[in-house]
Amino acid sequence: MSAPLLIKNARIIDPSDGSDEIGDLLVKDGVIARRGSANGGVPDGTRVVDGTGMVVAPGFIDLHAHLREPGGEDKETIATGTAAGARGGFTTICCMPNTTPTIDSAAVVGFIARQAADAGPVRVLPFGAVSRGRAGVELTDMEELARAGVAGFTDDGNPVATGHLMQMALLYAGQLGLPVMDHCEDHSITHGLGVNEGWVASRLGLAGYPSAAEESIVARDIALLELAGGALHIAHLSTAGGIEQVRRAKERGLRVTAEATPHHLTMTEAWVLGSHGRGSPDEALSNDAYETRAKVSPPLRAETDRQALVEALADGTVDAIATDHAPHTFADKAVPFEEATVGLSVLETALGSLMGLVHGGALDLAALVHRLTAGPAGVLGERYAELATLRKGTPADVVLFDPNESWVVDAASFASKGKNTPLDGETLVGRVKLTIAGGEIAYDGLAS
Amino acid sequence: MTTRAPAETAPGTSVAPRRHVLDLDDFSAGEIHALLDSAEAMREVLGRSIKKVPSLRGKVVITLFLEPSTRTRVSFEQAGKMLSADVINIGGAGSAAEKGESLLNTALTLQAMHADLIVIRHPHSGAPYFLARNLTSTAVVNAGDGMHAHPTQALLDLMTMRRHLGSLEGAKVVIVGDVLHSRVARSNAFGLATSGASVVLCGPPTMMPLDLLHAGRTPSLPNVTVEPDLDAAIEGADVVMTLRLQSERQEAGMLPSLREYTRRWQVNEARMSLAKPGALLMHPGPMNEGVEIASSLAHGGLAQIEEQVTNGVALRMALLYQLLTGTEERP
Repeated sequence: MSAPLLIKNARIIDPSDGSDEIGDLLVKDGVIARRGSANGGVPDGTRVVDGTGMVVAPGFIDLHAHLREPGGEDKETIATGTAAGARGGFTTICCMPNTTPTIDSAAVVGFIARQAADAGPVRVLPFGAVSRGRAGVELTDMEELARAGVAGFTDDGNPVATGHLMQMALLYAGQLGLPVMDHCEDHSITHGLGVNEGWVASRLGLAGYPSAAEESIVARDIALLELAGGALHIAHLSTAGGIEQVRRAKERGLRVTAEATPHHLTMTEAWVLGSHGRGSPDEALSNDAYETRAKVSPPLRAETDRQALVEALADGTVDAIATDHAPHTFADKAVPFEEATVGLSVLETALGSLMGLVHGGALDLAALVHRLTAGPAGVLGERYAELATLRKGTPADVVLFDPNESWVVDAASFASKGKNTPLDGETLVGRVKLTIAGGEIAYDGLAS
Repeated sequence: MTTRAPAETAPGTSVAPRRHVLDLDDFSAGEIHALLDSAEAMREVLGRSIKKVPSLRGKVVITLFLEPSTRTRVSFEQAGKMLSADVINIGGAGSAAEKGESLLNTALTLQAMHADLIVIRHPHSGAPYFLARNLTSTAVVNAGDGMHAHPTQALLDLMTMRRHLGSLEGAKVVIVGDVLHSRVARSNAFGLATSGASVVLCGPPTMMPLDLLHAGRTPSLPNVTVEPDLDAAIEGADVVMTLRLQSERQEAGMLPSLREYTRRWQVNEARMSLAKPGALLMHPGPMNEGVEIASSLAHGGLAQIEEQVTNGVALRMALLYQLLTGTEERP
């Protein structure tokens, strides 16, 4: 157990009770021992941190990350992925089941739990597959997976293959009280991956991935939710049309939730042209075009989609920010665009890029913190409510960040094995300084 | 606007020498003209009985063709050899690519052997940009990348048109067929628009870039428009260019049938009669006679198809010469 730690004079934002005030926070014996402006004794041996100008919040919860273990250890391990998460302020990470073998048995869930325990204090909550081997045919042993500790079910990387399977999954997982997360993509519409259908795809001679490929599956899933009940969670929502459907379904009282990624909230299809998103249709392509580090599924969308997504995040249509952290090796990305794997390494840049929305006036800070904490906890359900609170006596999952620190992204120095981010070299404003998970210091950036 | 309204470079003014040719989107009208002038001089070399000059002696040109090709590969090889460069041909089969070596490692290996220039043909869009980004001392020429670009084909097309029309300024060029998948159409659109021609794209709606189909034009190329009806498109045209129709498009559900395609978009005598008298008929090859082009026309007086091939060699000689000597001077 770490020594007691007192953060003084910080802005403490706790979305679980809506509080937002300047004060102190004491972590002792692994729990939140004191919070607020009231003075109290400081135990012997307490480390005191001056939090002036900084923000204290519950540790961030990532609903969607690819930690690659087992089977993809060249790209990431649970140890490197959770270290990256800690640097990004995340104290809970939900890992996706598209591993080898698939997370479709209690044995694999147990393996992940052991690796996570060895790795450090950051909590890892696996999602189990909806279908055995993610093959889209038979349901997994969902009850056994639930008992082993999965937080929900998804065939992420693929959509739940058929309407029939989705209906069965909603019924079965619904009875277990767990959400079904869907990667909404009609494969028959997406001829190519990684670039939005539109002027950039057309300019680059790449097959586009239209919004309709997402929207049609969102529509299917919402219709099935109405039929079957249960809880539906839409992964990495990226289109204005998909957002509108989720908004209307929520208005009708359906149990649908949605997440958005930092990259879909802050970047557009123009990033595929290279030059850090500053390319325009009027310019000749530069040698940096076909930027494989901006290749992601769903693709970075049009500016109108991005704006709709930010609005949806602000108004709560999007419940949570999830990173879809997808680490890849150098060789996975050092190929022509169409051959490159999809995904970005996100955990270590998430807060910095999202703070751009706050500094730009598109989102207020308390709302951002909510969508990184109470928002995702709400998607996971009541049993995980304590993961997103600074209430006295709860296990200490805490992040301290400086909202105004300017820093330059240096992917080579990431804790993640995945250096695949187009933000490499960008200046971001807002940086995590200290992460405490379960009362233990998971990342300490105060010295540097 | 760095490309569509480029500053004309006065003769004798020096600009940074071009290192790579990846597409025509970064060519000015002046640069295109100078290159075509140089290609005209190269045509004279082609006509000699001893078809060789020593200009590129000691230079190494590698053709790296990871997709099948006859005319383009042979055209580059012949162009290099006529200028006395050492030309080495690498294909997919029998090369390390077949063993799974990455394109990056293949290219770095060739660079380490001091190759001066790599001509690359690749099934995936953007592969030449990837090489240009990663090679520090070897020049890259795009010989066709996926659906994206085929700049030397477009340049030889421009050369062929200029030889017959005198100037491209104000000319009407119709490009017919599978525009969506056509790198030839894309590069021609840039080269023609820069040269002052107007371009009409015509073909099935399933084979047109969606943004272009819906807007009827593209913001980056104001001279380029879409007209789905071939009779209307061809009216008054100076040049009609038909594109190869890949038979797998029909199997992929993009076309009802070859019969219907032929009925609506085949260039035949009746349709050519709507163009200007003596209008040029072009095809980048290889042709599907009886599909996108009527057989009788393919070998008729209007067709420039063989001249396109001859001009291709001359144009590629001019291009290799410019890239490898840093000058547009004639040999």
